[in-house]
Amino acid sequence: MAGSSVDTRVGPAGAAPGYRPSATMPFVAEFRRQASRRRTQLALGFMVLLPIIILIAFQFDSGDDDRNGGGEFASLADLATSGGLNFTLFSLLVSASFLLVVVVALFCGDTVASEASWGSLRYLLAVPVPRARLLTVKLVVALAYSLLALLLLAGTALLAGTLRYGWSPLRSQVAAELAPGQGLLRLLAVLGYLAVVLLVVAGLAFLLSVTTDAALGAVGGAVLLWILSSILDQITALGALRDFLPTHYSSAWLGLLSTPMQTDDVVRGTISAVGYATLFWGLAFWRFTRKDVTS
Amino acid sequence: MRSPLSGAAVRRVLSNRRRVVAASVVVVLLAALLVWLARPEGAGFRTESAPVTVRSGPAGDEPVTLDTTFYLPDGASAGAKVPAVLLAHGFGGTKDSVRSDAEDLVARGYAVLTWTARGFGRSGGQIHLDNPDYEIRDGQRLLDWLAARPEIRTDSAGDPRVGVVGGSYGGGLALLLAAQDPRVDAIVPMITWNDLSRAFLPESTGKPATEGVFKKGWAGIFFGGGGNAGSGPAGLSGSTGAAQPEQAPTAAGAPSPQPGAGPGSGPGRGPAGAADPSCGRFAADVCAAYLRIATTGRADQAAVDLLRRSSPAGALDRIKSPTLLVQGEADTLFPLTEADANARGIAANGTPVRVAWFTGGHDGGEGPKTDSDRVKFLTAQWLDHYVKGEGAAPGDDFTFSRIAGFDALDRGLVATGYRTTDYPGVAGTGRREVTVSGPAQPVANPPNGNPAAISSVPFAGALGSLLDGVAGDIPGQHARFESAPLDRAVDVVGAPTVQVRAASPTGEAVLFVKLYDVDPNGAATLPDGLVAPVRLTGLPRTVEAATPVTVTLPAIVRRVEAGHRLRLVVATSDQAYTTPAEPTVYTVAAGDAPLVLPTVTGEPIPTGAAVWRWVLAGLLAAIAVGLVVVVLLARRRHRRQDSSIHPEYAGVPLAVRDLRKEYADGFVAVSHVDFEVHPGQVVGLLGPNGAGKTTTLRVLMGLTQPTAGEIYVFGHRLVPGSPVLSRIGALVEGPGFLPHLSGLENLKAYWRATGRPEGDAHFEQALEIAGLGDSVHRKTRKYSHGMRQRLAIAQAMLGLPELLVLDEPTDGLDPPQIAEMRRVLQRYATDGRAVLVSSHLLAEVEQTCTHAVVVNKGRIVASGPVAEIVGESPSVLFDVTDPEAARAVLDRLDGVRVLPDGDGGLVVDTNGTARSEVVAELVRAGIGVDRVVPRRRLEDAFLALVGENSRGSGDR
Repeated sequence: MAGSSVDTRVGPAGAAPGYRPSATMPFVAEFRRQASRRRTQLALGFMVLLPIIILIAFQFDSGDDDRNGGGEFASLADLATSGGLNFTLFSLLVSASFLLVVVVALFCGDTVASEASWGSLRYLLAVPVPRARLLTVKLVVALAYSLLALLLLAGTALLAGTLRYGWSPLRSQVAAELAPGQGLLRLLAVLGYLAVVLLVVAGLAFLLSVTTDAALGAVGGAVLLWILSSILDQITALGALRDFLPTHYSSAWLGLLSTPMQTDDVVRGTISAVGYATLFWGLAFWRFTRKDVTS
Repeated sequence: MRSPLSGAAVRRVLSNRRRVVAASVVVVLLAALLVWLARPEGAGFRTESAPVTVRSGPAGDEPVTLDTTFYLPDGASAGAKVPAVLLAHGFGGTKDSVRSDAEDLVARGYAVLTWTARGFGRSGGQIHLDNPDYEIRDGQRLLDWLAARPEIRTDSAGDPRVGVVGGSYGGGLALLLAAQDPRVDAIVPMITWNDLSRAFLPESTGKPATEGVFKKGWAGIFFGGGGNAGSGPAGLSGSTGAAQPEQAPTAAGAPSPQPGAGPGSGPGRGPAGAADPSCGRFAADVCAAYLRIATTGRADQAAVDLLRRSSPAGALDRIKSPTLLVQGEADTLFPLTEADANARGIAANGTPVRVAWFTGGHDGGEGPKTDSDRVKFLTAQWLDHYVKGEGAAPGDDFTFSRIAGFDALDRGLVATGYRTTDYPGVAGTGRREVTVSGPAQPVANPPNGNPAAISSVPFAGALGSLLDGVAGDIPGQHARFESAPLDRAVDVVGAPTVQVRAASPTGEAVLFVKLYDVDPNGAATLPDGLVAPVRLTGLPRTVEAATPVTVTLPAIVRRVEAGHRLRLVVATSDQAYTTPAEPTVYTVAAGDAPLVLPTVTGEPIPTGAAVWRWVLAGLLAAIAVGLVVVVLLARRRHRRQDSSIHPEYAGVPLAVRDLRKEYADGFVAVSHVDFEVHPGQVVGLLGPNGAGKTTTLRVLMGLTQPTAGEIYVFGHRLVPGSPVLSRIGALVEGPGFLPHLSGLENLKAYWRATGRPEGDAHFEQALEIAGLGDSVHRKTRKYSHGMRQRLAIAQAMLGLPELLVLDEPTDGLDPPQIAEMRRVLQRYATDGRAVLVSSHLLAEVEQTCTHAVVVNKGRIVASGPVAEIVGESPSVLFDVTDPEAARAVLDRLDGVRVLPDGDGGLVVDTNGTARSEVVAELVRAGIGVDRVVPRRRLEDAFLALVGENSRGSGDR
């Protein structure tokens, strides 16, 4: 330390020179911090791998044309090999109900809780990174990774499916065949709605993430609550109460495949998802900006 | 603190109570919500069930007892009269079939009279098929009965203010009653007939019913009582279960009678005629006519006359009551053309008529919810205006709907509603011509109509025909004529027409003409399973000689997409109809004229769902506004934050004033801490484990909120997140690193998070202090405890902060490193910087610090320069060979005092006498001196306060 003298420059409000609250914890720095983590790499890698696994699995098609029941929408599985768009749709169908939920819960539930469990959270707060800023950057980065995962899944599926099965119209039993261009638009709409629905998971996981120091608890808790909601949604005796379950509209994106598009449930689902996500995030911010960080 | 009434305990209880209260409120609210959702429908009305005996028959003198239920809204009385609704049920039903419709209506303020029609349920009499002398006269007598009720509004004596609502059989009654009795103020007949003979004996080239093709499937269901056919809408059907497809739009209500409870099997309360096993409760003439038609498949004039007597067709000119006609698109029994005929006939008198089509019907049930909601709304609007006299006059615009697809959530059907200002009839407002072509094809008529094509299955519902699972043509028994793929989509609304030519060796042929929608993959759909039966006579033997005949196909509502083809199929058999028994081979060819598709351009009806779009927009706007408000409020609060500098502490790196921290559970970690750190000082915060050191540092780092007291850093009041924290480097509660990054990467990542220029970090100096060598490039998860500790100290020193706060810095370090750390800290505190070190090790503080603050149990017990605290004290510990003799020697010395304690040795207060002199005295007295150890104040204080009870304050 010899030779270095005290820097007598002082920033506003007595801050160290060069310190600005709005410059702390830059988005890019946090993005890179998360990128360096093995779980981020694994989750994103799996998003790329999954469509390829499905593709390989389809190669084992025994040619057995038994249609084992299922509704109009089950036909998406039958049509999966009819083209790249249908293959992408199938990949989304099989991942939407669980895999994507887990991935989003992982990105959003782990982000603050893991810092708390490493003990690095208190050093960030002592920088000081303003708490609201810390949460905002963490949330935006987690959402960016969630979106990236969704796009990677769809992108890989589209690429692999198109290479293997060709660029064909989007087919489904509930609608007329859609030209590839329009089919792609529908696919983007489906992706958009899925992203919105997953906001509920993101909100829930994030809320749990700021309440607990155990990253696993936050991720698992969010997934468990999502499953609970899905189970309750199966119980028709609950009647109108089911409309308030966050998972009730989670499959409304199937309506986007019909002609004309059925957007009513999509709109209701968006309201539900945005409402829940706002509530959960609001609670998370409210809680975190007031709590004593003891970890 | 142990007192149960102490403040903390009370607060704890209070805080627990607050939680209990909050939890209770949540539970109560949830329970209230559940109760509200599951609440039994409030009564709001009362019912009177009673048999009513009326006199009917051609002469009006035949008594029959009708089973009635009268629904009266609460509040209706002789002083507050209400309008009435006569609510009729469908064929095979009872008054209970329409209970839920009755409840809907009574909730809207109508008195509702439901009854079981004669020949059904517990009512007496026989079934005369809405015969004007029987069923209709029964209805008139019920109007008399209503007029006599004091609670019912009347237009004049004996003329009640009343609307008649019913579906199918009940709808027929509504039309015929309105025609026969001018007292009826408005009617809402649903899915009902215009001409019963045409409904059961249709012929699509315009021939009379005597030439018609017998619709044996439906007729059998009606007559046999094997099903609950025709229990109607708002009387259509009366079933609540999904297993009953035939539900009317407004219908719901009590379950229909069980199979077997139909007309043929009702309790024999009727006259003796009911004993006839072949007729059940049907009147003899109706029964005889059915038997004749069903036997031959042809109707004689007498039978047709009998059916026409029960049809509104001939009485429409007498209907003066405003009429709302609701007809189902998925209805192979009473197709849209029946309502069309009624609408034209009634409107011809200038009577207000409004027509609505919905996607249900006898086959399709009550249709999707949007449809049943629309029909309920239209019904209520119609009755409110024309019966109650409330609300604006409903327009005469025409509404219809089209199946748009499947609902993604509950897999039900979804319909889109459309509206046009004028009723276009079944001919449409526009037309589109499509050429269907194909060679002349021979088709075989199977003997006795077996096997037969299946177009619709009564009660299978619209789902069946939509999914093309039911429709099927038998190879060899049908001819196909196809169009080219359509270049653009066409919205067919109405009855298409087409020409066909046929030749038959017998000169006659019964054919079924149907129009399929074929998608590009070849899947063919027969809209609603509707077919057009034709009976052609005078046919030549060869098709070349045949003249084209124009066939009017059933009216449909369907959008045929671009790229789809239209396929005209002419079949010889259909399971729903009676066909000639003799096997024959016909030849069928397309006609000259093209297929004409009527079109209607409707404006989509905004559904209730449109509201949700606005809700969504509102929600998003509210969130955006809320976000802006929160950010503005935060900024404002930030700006108002006290940024002034406390003049007294402006140059003081750290001043802690009366700090108190009490946790939510009532535990007081710091009760009163008060000290200062000045430039150039290395201050030791000394205390046993749990004394409150770490809590103090946590508050200092802005991690926790103090309960009371202030902290000033360079005169700036410190709160969580204060910018002035950036001038403090800290190690609190051990290191915190990202395990997957190397030591250097961790430091860099940390510095990036500060957002400050990289040049200010002084990484080299920090790394030099850490002394990790090449290990700095290894992942921190592989570090030893000491390495992590050194890295953490280096992190705290990044940017060379003016105040360095280190919590147990030597934890995990080996002695040489500890020594090195001491030097580093002492050097650091030069140049105006300051260091605050917390430790529970006396020696460490003593050797490192210039000043010390001793805390115990959350309080400061001593503070000041270490030299002052640690410095020589007047007391000295002597280890001597003979303590007793030594004591005697020392007592003699002036001013020297032997203190009472001292285990083994003697603790002596020299009180100014030089130690050397004391030693000399002892030696002179022959006492050996082994050791002379000066006692120090810090140790005294520390041991006095801490040693007596080594348990930390955290264990209190």
